[in-house]
Amino acid sequence: MDDTSRLIVIGGSWGGIQASMKILQGLPADYSIPIVLVLHRLRNQEGSLQELFDKKLVLKAEEVDDKAPLESGHVYIAPANYHVLLEKDHTFSLDDSELENYSRPSIDVTFSSAADVFGKNTVGILLSGASKDGSSGLKYIFDKRGTAIVQHPGEAEISTMPLAAIQSTPGCSILNVERIQAYLLTLHGH
Amino acid sequence: MKPEQNELFELEVEALIREIHTAYGYDFSGYARASVYRRIKRFLGQKHLQSIEDLRKFLFTDSFFFENFLQEITVNVTEMFRDPTFYKSLRENVLPILSTYPFIKVWDAGCSTGEELISLAILLEEEGLLGRTKIYATDINQKVLRQAKDGIFSATHMTAYTAAYYAAGGKRDFAEYYTSNYGSVKFNASLVRNVVFYPHNLATDSSFNEFHLIVCRNVLIYFNRTLQERVYQLFDESLVDLGYLALGKKETLAMSGISSKYSFVDKNNRIYRKNS
Repeated sequence: MDDTSRLIVIGGSWGGIQASMKILQGLPADYSIPIVLVLHRLRNQEGSLQELFDKKLVLKAEEVDDKAPLESGHVYIAPANYHVLLEKDHTFSLDDSELENYSRPSIDVTFSSAADVFGKNTVGILLSGASKDGSSGLKYIFDKRGTAIVQHPGEAEISTMPLAAIQSTPGCSILNVERIQAYLLTLHGH
Repeated sequence: MKPEQNELFELEVEALIREIHTAYGYDFSGYARASVYRRIKRFLGQKHLQSIEDLRKFLFTDSFFFENFLQEITVNVTEMFRDPTFYKSLRENVLPILSTYPFIKVWDAGCSTGEELISLAILLEEEGLLGRTKIYATDINQKVLRQAKDGIFSATHMTAYTAAYYAAGGKRDFAEYYTSNYGSVKFNASLVRNVVFYPHNLATDSSFNEFHLIVCRNVLIYFNRTLQERVYQLFDESLVDLGYLALGKKETLAMSGISSKYSFVDKNNRIYRKNS
């Protein structure tokens, strides 16, 4: 059953590729909620993340095209050099304005925009990283009564990002990737 | 801003867009909202303003302040040889065909401060086409057009631009194209000798010429689907048969009504060619 009234947004930096891969590998091809993935990477690097995820996941991994509609069964990857925003009609808008937290794509930008559109139906997940990007976005999701999840700092390859998020959003859930995956599976089809 | 204030904020933005149209003639109604909200929140933060109400006080009493607002709301972030593979592809797949025309007309739509324009001019120069090419460089914003015309840029990014130039298949010493002076660089005026600069608003103005190549990269991402469709129709009217349309790497004609009249020259770099 498609459920595009909800959205899962996942952010990560250093160590975030591996962590998000582990989580997403356990999800079925018909997973009902669309997923947006914002991972920091080197500027002007092209394509390869999409290929990597598409090869390893049963879900369909694609880079976000401007104005593409959200569909279930898809993992949408933020393209290099663009911020990813969500519109009220559940389509994407891309944005190539200034870096935020030294990053483009910025996790804060996507998390906040997702929460503006999906409110309490937003699930934000922040993974490993050596950056503070994502913590204010995760707080924004939490304040909008969405679900805020942070990868357990002890498990994260780099704990800077999870620790920053736990500090800014003390009410978040702190889970290891296995538990995060299990949680996402409980959302499937409900 | 507190999330619960957001619904009110969004309503106020709609009213503001209507007021700006009435007072200054700029129509932002077709702009992608997610981005407009973000730009306005950012502007409020920069100016230490608490609300749209505070913003209105300045916006409609101070036209200089409005100019500044316009500058910030319309994104002008740009760089030279952004996506080097795009320029490489343009050089290898498009310019050889354009070289068969006796005279070439190019439209750089939404040229901003001119980084893309300089990149195009250098490419045309190196392929021996600049002398018989006329480039129309347009933007909604007169201030950035003046900057583009001056061809002066901060030296800060020159290392990155030089690397991008070579990655794009640059054939010369990049430093040949500019002179450095006190932290800024001025590009040779000969690069823009055949360029006409003028204000054009993609949201409201019409077609003004016919072109062999239209370059409009990462401009339409700030528009909603309806306004994008208007602009695609405008481009279609402005392209000769077999003309080329170059969009940003993540922009697509797929959802547009003109899509069936175009084929990919390079799918990865979103270079399209109009069918005959």
